[in-house]
Amino acid sequence: MNIIESFQMAWRSVFSNKMRSFLTMLGIIIGIAAVMVIVGLGNGMERYMTDQFRSVGTNILTVNVYGRGSTRSIDDEWMYQLAADHPDLLDQVTPMVNIYVPAKIGTENLTRTTLGGVSESYLTKVRSFTVAQGRELQYIDIAQRLKVCVIGAYVAQVYFPNGAVGETIRIGGNKYTVVGVMAQSGEKLEEGGEDDMIYVPYTTAARLTGAALNQYAVTVVDESRASEAKKLIETELEEVFGSDGAYYVQSMSEMLDAMTGMINVLITILAAIAAISLVVGGIGIMNIMLVSVTERTREIGIRKALGAKERTIMGQFVIEAAVTSAIGGVIGILVGYGLSMIATQLIVVLMQENMSVTPSNASIAMAFGVSAFIGILFGFLPARKAARLNPIDALRYE
Amino acid sequence: MEELIRFDHVSKHYQMGDTLVKAADDISLTVERGEFVAIVGKSGSGKSTCMNIIGCLDVPTSGEYYLGGQAVSQMNKNKLAEIRNRMLGFIFQQYNLLPKLSVLENVEVPLMYAGMDRIARRRRALEVLETVGLADKTRNLPSQLSGGQQQRVSIARALAGSPAVILADEPTGALDSRTSREVLEMLQDLHDQGNTVVLITHDNSIAVTAERIVRLEDGRVVYDGSSDDPAAVVTHDEPLVRRSRRKGGTPA
Repeated sequence: MNIIESFQMAWRSVFSNKMRSFLTMLGIIIGIAAVMVIVGLGNGMERYMTDQFRSVGTNILTVNVYGRGSTRSIDDEWMYQLAADHPDLLDQVTPMVNIYVPAKIGTENLTRTTLGGVSESYLTKVRSFTVAQGRELQYIDIAQRLKVCVIGAYVAQVYFPNGAVGETIRIGGNKYTVVGVMAQSGEKLEEGGEDDMIYVPYTTAARLTGAALNQYAVTVVDESRASEAKKLIETELEEVFGSDGAYYVQSMSEMLDAMTGMINVLITILAAIAAISLVVGGIGIMNIMLVSVTERTREIGIRKALGAKERTIMGQFVIEAAVTSAIGGVIGILVGYGLSMIATQLIVVLMQENMSVTPSNASIAMAFGVSAFIGILFGFLPARKAARLNPIDALRYE
Repeated sequence: MEELIRFDHVSKHYQMGDTLVKAADDISLTVERGEFVAIVGKSGSGKSTCMNIIGCLDVPTSGEYYLGGQAVSQMNKNKLAEIRNRMLGFIFQQYNLLPKLSVLENVEVPLMYAGMDRIARRRRALEVLETVGLADKTRNLPSQLSGGQQQRVSIARALAGSPAVILADEPTGALDSRTSREVLEMLQDLHDQGNTVVLITHDNSIAVTAERIVRLEDGRVVYDGSSDDPAAVVTHDEPLVRRSRRKGGTPA
């Protein structure tokens, strides 16, 4: 009897009692499906997070300066100089000025629009925008504190459908001339979204708000050296202020790492809990197999009388358990896929977020392997019981 | 004639609580190739023990059993399974067919354990089913056949591996007298074709089908000779009490 025939025999045995086999598999099905959905959810969350962070830029360090007294401070020149001194680590620098008064177009207040002051390099070099019409902010705008602005695709589409360049926007009572429109960057144009923005020269913005420059965005040359760059800026600021309470440097990639690390821990714990049901499922298989061995005592006796060796009987039952478990695993994988797709749709409908629950191939392969292994593991005990039956007693068993 | 089965002072003793049960007690006999022997005895006489030993399902506690010249007592379980597969064909009272397998597949089982490939197996199974007149029932399940037909399937299964000994344990026990006769005729035919047949029964009228009768009582041989001799069918009555006590302790 070769191995293929053993599998055919096991397959028939499993299918000859469909209801019982299905109930036996149920624990495995649920376990596998649960692990898959949870791991898929984790993958989805991680990807969603990464996408969110990437749209802001994981190569960006945000430097907040709170200052210490009035004597010790830094200005934009200091930051530019720092970047110039370390070209291997730091790339672009821009001061960031938040403007809290809303922009006004005609009579309408743009309350949800992102409004700020940046340097000439910000939109195209720090962020990944491209110019659709007109131009980016330029050095001359900054140096001369011109009342000009560049706008996002959403603002342009909604308020200036006939071309925005040359039109004016009112901010804090002053008129700003639109000099450029950025191409769409977000997935869709929406109010408060990525493309709903107006940027003016930071010098102009600083004069408008009257506040000192206290926030900078710095890009790193190499994303993998973000931590190094962060440390450098911190060390330099420490030298100026002599206190680490006077500034704060935030690294997007570090935050992303921390977040994904947390998600992974969470997912691992959840998956481990789900995996418990796999063990329970395995015990279920063992239980049914033990019953099956008792029920089939006579069959075992007959087979032994006809020349089946102990290891043949053993193999028959182990393979049967493994086949049961593996079929359960396959069904579990299909169910897991189905649930993942449903979960993806639900997230889109209920949370308006585009997060896909995608079980990884590795997790599927592992789930299947685990289910087959559980079958073998928990099939072993009943199989040994079957193999060791005394043929004389087994033949007489009613 | 060639000696096929030899019991050399074979005993099988069980310890049941405080009492030592002698299921087989110093039995010596030989069966030659081509013989048709009936081992007869009442319940508790030790005939089932004899059959289990002949069938290599059990080994004696003392003495030696030779099957085809090989000493069986010292064999391990694997070797015993191999011997059963190659040398013995079992016919049981309850047919003992596998209910979920078709008639054809049932006959193939011993061939499968012998490691025969699928095609050769199928051909051989069809061949023996033809011999027992069931060539048209190969796809049926055993439950779709009558008792007599099922017993014929089990005879086909016993024959499939061309065993040295065909061991029939009360083959007519579950059949009516007409089908019983058919089955016995079939055994007779097998004998006529040169097969060695060992028939185990409690029933004298069935035992006389064989040419030689071995009568057992209390684990000992009390008669061994031709079935034509009137002494072959004489039973020595035992008290009922003794018998029922034995029944609990030894395989009937």
